[in-house]
Amino acid sequence: METEQLIRTLAADNPHRVRPVGFVLALALLAAAPVSLAMFLITLGVRPDVMTAMHNPFFDLKFLITLALAISAIAVGLHLSRPEASLRDRGWLLLIPIGIVAAGIAGEMMMPQRLPMMTRLIGHNSRVCTLAIPLLSLPLLAGTLIGLRHGAPARPALAGAMAGLISAGFAATLYASHCTDDSPLFVVTWYTIATAIVTAAGALIGAKVLRF
Amino acid sequence: MRESGDEWTGLMRLAISGDSAAYHRLLRAVTPVLRAGARRGLTRAGQPVDQSEDVVQDILLAVHLKRHTWDVNAPFAPWLFAIARNKLIDALRRRGRRVFVNIDDFAETIPDQPAAETASTNEVATLLKTLPPRQREVLQSIAVESASIRETATKFAMSEGAVRVALHRALAGLTAKLREG
Repeated sequence: METEQLIRTLAADNPHRVRPVGFVLALALLAAAPVSLAMFLITLGVRPDVMTAMHNPFFDLKFLITLALAISAIAVGLHLSRPEASLRDRGWLLLIPIGIVAAGIAGEMMMPQRLPMMTRLIGHNSRVCTLAIPLLSLPLLAGTLIGLRHGAPARPALAGAMAGLISAGFAATLYASHCTDDSPLFVVTWYTIATAIVTAAGALIGAKVLRF
Repeated sequence: MRESGDEWTGLMRLAISGDSAAYHRLLRAVTPVLRAGARRGLTRAGQPVDQSEDVVQDILLAVHLKRHTWDVNAPFAPWLFAIARNKLIDALRRRGRRVFVNIDDFAETIPDQPAAETASTNEVATLLKTLPPRQREVLQSIAVESASIRETATKFAMSEGAVRVALHRALAGLTAKLREG
């Protein structure tokens, strides 16, 4: 086909409109979230003492951290779905959840503690945590990747890693309501390991499926 | 060459707001620039430049299908050249070449060469044969026979909406096949 003919054809298709990437991503996440939520409620469920736990600022802090991760990763992931974008413009947003964790650790250090540091760090649920967060992320990761496929990322692996951070952030939000380890030291260790696993998976899959 | 960049941005804004003639003008205006960039990139990779038209068509399809990722408040040229670089890298990878794309291959320079003669047996033409028959007929009617959407609808006894859907699916299908290829 001659290029002139192709151009004429593309112009004829101009009225066709595609929804913005953010809209499609939102739909995909809304479709995936109930699946992850159902998986969570069937297998783990919310911890029984949740009503008293809510008065503990370190329990609440976990949600602040995980949601900050998911939301900042959405902002960066959507930015990277534009071909001319780079991590330099928006990458700093990912420092927000890290800053919140750091502030949490510092805050906990300043309070009198019943338990030694290593005991708080190792906690009681490290194995469940590193297993549950990646498994709960799977539906969300699939949804996020489907949403980001509507974009045109110049670096598909990097965009895939953002999909991993988004889904791990939301999965960790669910898991945080089950876990009785509230110390920021536990969060920074085990949540981070779980998130790294999901992020690596996202980058590997993204490198294949997010090419345009 | 700032002026042509601004002109492109203006045309793309019109195109997004539904002006198909502006879109046609824009695609015609960027094509020689894309062609020159594709030639530079292919030459640098030691590939024959007669493949440049395949790369150009690949870029145009990607521009079309991903135009919703362009921010109407941003200049058009950086977005266009990012797509172009990406597609050139893809094309070289598919041909099993070590990929080295210079950031300057695509720039707003007006090429001195005239438009290349397009072989009728190029990549898009080959993939066209693998499309479902109805999509292929619609695409050929509009591309080759220069029929309008309405004329095509009458010819195949389809609604205009159905022609539009078939046309878009054909273009999306071609792009997906190019990516696999």
